[in-house]
Amino acid sequence: MKLLRSHILISLSLIAIFLVLSCSDDDTVGPDTTDNFDRSAMLVFWADSIIIPAYEAYDITLDALVSAKDDFLADKTEPHLIQLRNAWLNAYMAWQHVSMFDIGKAEEIGYRNYVNIYPADTTEIKQLATTGNYNLMLPSTFDAQGFPALDYLLFGLPESALLEQDEYNSYLSDLADRLQALNAEVLDDWKNSFRDSFVQNDGASATASTDKMVNDFLFYYEKFFRAGKIGIPAGVFSGTPSSIRVEAPYSGEYSKALFLEAFEAIQKLFNGTSYDQSTEGPSLKQYLDHVSEVNQTNFVADDINEQWQVASTVSAVLMDNFRNQVEIDNSKMLNTYDELQKAVVLLKVDMMQALNIQVDFVDADGD
Amino acid sequence: MFSKATYQSYINATAQAAPLAVFRILLGLLMCISIIRFWAKGWIEKLYLEPSFHFKYAGFEWVQVPPDVLCYLLFVICGLSALFVAVGFKYKWSVIIFFLSFTYIELMDKTTYLNHYYFVSVLSFIMIFLPAGGYFSVDARYNPEVCTQYIPRWNIDIIKLMLTIVYVFAGFAKLNYDWLINAMPLTIWLPTKFNLPLLGDIIHEKWLHYAFSWGGAFYDLTIPFFLMWTRTRVPAFITVLVFHLLTRMLFPIGMFPYIMIVATLIFFSPEFHNRVLEFISQIFKFSKAQFDNSRKLLHAQSKRTQAAFRVMALFMIFQIIIPLRFLAYSGDLFWTEQGYRFSWRVMLMEKTGYANFKVVDGQTGKRFYVQNEDFLTAFQQKQMASQVDFIIDYAQYLGQTFESHGHQNVEVYVESYASLNGRRSQPYVDPTRNLYNPDNQTSLTAYILPLHD
Repeated sequence: MKLLRSHILISLSLIAIFLVLSCSDDDTVGPDTTDNFDRSAMLVFWADSIIIPAYEAYDITLDALVSAKDDFLADKTEPHLIQLRNAWLNAYMAWQHVSMFDIGKAEEIGYRNYVNIYPADTTEIKQLATTGNYNLMLPSTFDAQGFPALDYLLFGLPESALLEQDEYNSYLSDLADRLQALNAEVLDDWKNSFRDSFVQNDGASATASTDKMVNDFLFYYEKFFRAGKIGIPAGVFSGTPSSIRVEAPYSGEYSKALFLEAFEAIQKLFNGTSYDQSTEGPSLKQYLDHVSEVNQTNFVADDINEQWQVASTVSAVLMDNFRNQVEIDNSKMLNTYDELQKAVVLLKVDMMQALNIQVDFVDADGD
Repeated sequence: MFSKATYQSYINATAQAAPLAVFRILLGLLMCISIIRFWAKGWIEKLYLEPSFHFKYAGFEWVQVPPDVLCYLLFVICGLSALFVAVGFKYKWSVIIFFLSFTYIELMDKTTYLNHYYFVSVLSFIMIFLPAGGYFSVDARYNPEVCTQYIPRWNIDIIKLMLTIVYVFAGFAKLNYDWLINAMPLTIWLPTKFNLPLLGDIIHEKWLHYAFSWGGAFYDLTIPFFLMWTRTRVPAFITVLVFHLLTRMLFPIGMFPYIMIVATLIFFSPEFHNRVLEFISQIFKFSKAQFDNSRKLLHAQSKRTQAAFRVMALFMIFQIIIPLRFLAYSGDLFWTEQGYRFSWRVMLMEKTGYANFKVVDGQTGKRFYVQNEDFLTAFQQKQMASQVDFIIDYAQYLGQTFESHGHQNVEVYVESYASLNGRRSQPYVDPTRNLYNPDNQTSLTAYILPLHD
C-alpha cells in the first residue's frame, strides 16, 4: 500500500514537473531572452545590411554594363571596347557578393546557373551567336551565357572580330540584357515581398531562413568557391589540372581578383560586416560565440577565422592569372585548396553541430 | 514461485480479447496514416527513387528498390494491408503482408533507419502470432466460428512485455555520462526551439536541459511499471501523453509519439477497452454484442497457440539479447555505433560528420577527390559521414564505380571528421587505410580512430 502511494506520488510529481515546465511562462524573469541568441535580428541584418545592398550594388554595375554595351554597339571603337570590358569586370566583381544567396527567387529560377557556369562552351557560343537561333532560358545554354560567355566574347575572340564584324553583336547584347533582367527579377522580389517572409521565417527547421542560409552558404563555399574557383582547375577532383577551368580564363588576369572578392564576401557574411563596411551586426560568428560561451566549449568561430587567415596567406602568393598559375606551378593552387578545405571541416561539422542546423526535413530519432 | 503449477495456471489463463482488438484497430489505422503521410511528403520519391545508390543492411543486399510505379505499388499494398489489419479483414494474411511489405521497405535503405520503424516491424511480427482478428473484426462478423471473446492471457501480456523492453532499454541507454552529467545532446537541441509558445522563453536554460535529461531517463525506466499497476495507471498514462506530445513538439520525430501513446493503452483494463469498442460500434451503427459470445480460445486445446507461444518466447529472448550485443564490441558505442541500432536508443546523441573521399591509383600515386553530391543525396551524405559502416559501404561503391569507368589499381581513402555531443570535431576513420577491398573481413571498429574527450 505504502509502495503504491509512493508510486502515485512520484507520477503525480512527474506530471506536475512537466505541466509546470510547459506553463511557466511570464512568471519567470521578465524579458530574460537576452541569453538566447536572437536569430531574427540576424536575419534582419542579413537582409537589410548585406543581401539587399549587395544586390543593389550589383544592379548598378549591370546598368553600367548594359549602357557600355549599347555605346560599344552604336560606335565600335577601341575606347568603347575598353569601357565595356571594365564594366564587365565591375559587374563580375559585384556578382561575387550575391552569388551565395541561393534563396527566394534566386533559388526558384536557378539564378546562379544563368550567370556564372564555367568553363564556357565556346563551340556552342559561336554556333548560337552565328545562327541567331537560341533561347537563353534553356538549361542547355547555361554554359553559353552569363559572365563566362562574355569573358569569351570580350577577351577570347580576336579583337578584329569584335571591332570589325557584326556577327556577335546581337548575342553580346542579349547576354548583357539578360544579366540585367535576371537581377531585376531577383532584386524586385527581395524588395517587394521576400524580405519580409525571409525575416519572419525565423524559426529553426530545415525550411527556416537561418538553416537555409547556412546550408546555402556552406554549399556555395564548398562547391562554387573552394571547388569552382580553385579545386576544379587544380585537378583536385579529376587528377588532371585543367587551366581552362579557372574563372574568367580568357581575360585571365582577373581570376585571382574574382576569387579574393568572393572570399571577402564570404568572410563578411560570416562575421556580420555590412555590405558597405560601415556597421557590424549579428552574425554566425556572434551566434557561435554565444553558443560556445553557454556550453563552455572552444570558440569555433575564432578557429574558422584563423583558418581563413591561413588560406589568405597561402593564396596571397598566387599569380593574378590562375590560368598561368595552374600551368606553371599548380602546387600553389593545391596548397590554397588544402587550406580552404580545412575550414570546411570546421564549418560543416563544428558549426553545424553547435548551431544545430537542420540539413533536410526527414523524420529522425537516431542521432 | 516459478513452479510448474504457476506456469500451467498462467499459460492457461484467459483474458478478454477487447484490448487486443483495440490495439489492432488503432495500430492498423496509424500505420495506414503513416504510409499516406510518407507518400504525401514526397519521401517515396526523395528517399527511395531519387538516390542512385542505396545503403544496405548486411545480409539484405538483395533487397532492391522496385522501379517507379512498382515502388508506389509496394506502398499501396503496405497501406491497404494496414487498413485490413485495422478492420480485421482476412487478418492473418493482412498482417503477414503488412509485416513483409513494411519490413521490405525499411530494408531497402538503411539511411532511413528509425527506431520506430523497427518497432513497427517488431510489433507486426508479434501480431502474426496473436489471434487479434478473432474479435470485433470483419472476419468475426462474417465467420462466427472464428469469433472468440476470450483469448489466452499471454497474448496480451506479450505486447506489454515488448513495450517494457523498449522503455527499459531506452532508459538504460540514457544512463551515460554525456546524458546525465553534461545534459547532452539536449543542450544542443533544445535552445533552437525558442519559437515554442510558453516553453520558448526558458528553453535555453541549463537547468531545464538537466531536468529534461534526468526526467526522460526516469520516465523511460519506470513508466511501464506505473502503467502495470491499477492505482498508478491513469496518472502514468497522462504522463505518457505529456511526455510523448512534448517530444513531438521538440523534435522531428514523426509518428513515433502517437505509436507509443496508442500502444500503451494495452495496459488498461478490459472494461476500458470494451467501452472503446462500444463507442466505435455506436458510431458505425453495428452491435458489439454479436462478438460477445463467451467463447474461449484455450491455450491447452490449441496446438497453434502453443506453437505461437514457443516462437514468441524465443523472440522475446532475442529482443533482450539484441540490444545488449554492443557489449561484444570494443570502443565507445556512440563513436563506433557498432551494436547501436535495433536497441531502442532514441534521441540519444548528436553526431555530425564530414567525409571527403580520395581515389588513388595504387601504382602511379595519381589521385583525385570525390564530390559526394555526384553520388548521394544530401540526406544520405549526412547519414554516411558519421557512421563507419556507411563510409565503408560507400567506399566499396566508389571503388567499383571508378573501376568500371576504367580506372586502374583503385584505392579509396577517406579524410573524415566527426563531432559527438558538442565535442569539437576530430578525425573519425583512419585516413591511411585503403577502404576499397571487396573481400575485406576486417571488423568495422578496426577502421575507427579512438575518441578523445
